[in-house]
Amino acid sequence: MSLLSTSGTPVVSCRQLRKNFGSGENQVQALRGINLDIYPGELMMLVGPSGCGKTTLISVIAGILDASAGECQVLGENLLTLASAARTQWRGKQIGFVFQAYNLLPTLTAAENVAIPLLVQKLPRSQALKQAAEMLQRVGLAERIQALPAQLSGGQQQRVAIARALVHQPPLLVCDEPTSALDHHTGHQVMELLRRVATSANRSLIVVTHDARIFPFADRIAHIEDGLITHIAENSPALIKESLHVA
Amino acid sequence: MINTTPMDGASPLFKSEIVIVYAIALKMLLGDRLKYFGLIAGIAFAAMLIAQQASILVGFTKQTGAFIRDTAQADLWIMDPQVRFSQDHIPLREIMVHTVRGTPGVQWAVPLFQGFVRARMPDGTNFTLILVGLDDSSLTGAPPLMVEGALTDLRRDRAVFIDAGTSAKKLRMKNGGNRPMQVGDTFSIMDHQAYIAGSYRSRTSFFWEPVLYTTYSRALTFAAGGDRNLLSYVMVKLLPDASLEQTRALLQQRTGLAARTNEEFIQLTADYILNETGILMNFGFAILLGFAIGSLVAGQTFYNFTLDNLRHYGTLKAMGVSNRTLAGMLFLQVAVVSVLGYGIGVGMGSALGLLMSSAGLAFSMPWQIPAITALAILLVSLLASWFSLRRVFALEPAVVFKG
Repeated sequence: MSLLSTSGTPVVSCRQLRKNFGSGENQVQALRGINLDIYPGELMMLVGPSGCGKTTLISVIAGILDASAGECQVLGENLLTLASAARTQWRGKQIGFVFQAYNLLPTLTAAENVAIPLLVQKLPRSQALKQAAEMLQRVGLAERIQALPAQLSGGQQQRVAIARALVHQPPLLVCDEPTSALDHHTGHQVMELLRRVATSANRSLIVVTHDARIFPFADRIAHIEDGLITHIAENSPALIKESLHVA
Repeated sequence: MINTTPMDGASPLFKSEIVIVYAIALKMLLGDRLKYFGLIAGIAFAAMLIAQQASILVGFTKQTGAFIRDTAQADLWIMDPQVRFSQDHIPLREIMVHTVRGTPGVQWAVPLFQGFVRARMPDGTNFTLILVGLDDSSLTGAPPLMVEGALTDLRRDRAVFIDAGTSAKKLRMKNGGNRPMQVGDTFSIMDHQAYIAGSYRSRTSFFWEPVLYTTYSRALTFAAGGDRNLLSYVMVKLLPDASLEQTRALLQQRTGLAARTNEEFIQLTADYILNETGILMNFGFAILLGFAIGSLVAGQTFYNFTLDNLRHYGTLKAMGVSNRTLAGMLFLQVAVVSVLGYGIGVGMGSALGLLMSSAGLAFSMPWQIPAITALAILLVSLLASWFSLRRVFALEPAVVFKG
């Protein structure tokens, strides 16, 4: 599946990571001491039942949610000590996002949507649009550069979202249920695209999913329950079978 | 890796933020046509209401001083201290004219009568008129523009002048004649026969009653059979080198009367009318209402617009767009609809004003009104964006993961 090596310096390193919501009697412990390492070039899937803490975990790893306690080193930065403004800037450069509902801006064309991360990084508009067009070509949407999201199918929208996540070459991609809104065939195509275009020796992917059909694309699968990782398994036919059963 | 070379010759941060603001914020705004037009309509309505009501108020205020402005050849008006406005007739003794003329610093002084009289048209229609009696020899205080006849025609037997601009409405015979009074007609004032020898044009007045001019002595005859103690004002012109304040003090000391400049008299009249009639309260309330409605409509619509786009703001936040840039986007969106709404609103207010003016209604829009309206709309816009900004600033970017 990949040339993954789980030795060396991890891209993501979480130790005893905790996240609480609310306070007092109403406090909910979403993460209750997560330990997780993700290595360069790895496609890690996070699976588990609804409400187990998967999305909270990727929100903390992506720097869009503060952890309550523990350590979280991502790409060499300790996110718990990074100031909010610096974290926003860091996120813009280092993280690519793929969302369940695509989250494309409906009034922007495909190229303009893809160009946003480059504009955030202060690239001139014409240059940003040129690079966005190139990225759309790589995801097979060269003919739909000027299309609005409403003019695209679900699979095409997700491909635009993937192009947007990759256009600024981030070392870490965070994908939240990237196939849940797609049919099996399209979901498979999207995962193939992610595997083909997104993964490289320098880029890691974290994919949160319920969709057992895409488990074969993972290098490792982490099972989360009740805010804790119960086990992490290397991908293998047995694991896939087990995961299918768990999911 | 990507090339992040900034544009030549400009601050990359500034340029980049402008690019994001224009390319994304405006497209977000224009993409939702219904809310876009709703926002513009809300602000336009507020701007129109504020500008129009304020202009009517200013128009009324100016009209209250119309008679004084038309009669403004003098430097000072001598009057009873209890006079509250220009049509408030409190008679003086005629000897006061001589006392004033004998005061150092006075170049000339003339009497002026002004009072309400009853008139009866040839067909039996009754009117109440404001009769102005000018100094017989100098005719000082005459209307600024004659339309028919010459000013000296006022010296003809029983002559009066009517207002050409308002006679069609205000001096219309209704009991059979069904036409406006015109030059050459005769009618009776307090049972004395009067002859219309000419017509004039004056500023539109706040007061409804038609104003007729005649000579001072004839006005006294018409009004009270020649009683010499019905003098309303003494109009005073000062010598070129005389001190206004010193002469005024001397005049007040010698006559025991009030001496007011044109502007003071205009202000006194305006203050009385505005305060005593409730006009100020009513128009002030209408202006506030325009402001409140505009704030509510624009604020609510813009807040809904923000809520609809919250997910997109969250996405941008997740992708590294700072709160400062998001604030810039919101402000640009509000600024666009505010400028358009303001332009349309003040334009519509002005157009309505032109229509109103041509119909003889009070309307005056000095530059201060568009300026004040702009400030009010700025405040409306700031209020509208404030709640949206708070919502966007408080937005957790993690909201983007909620499917």
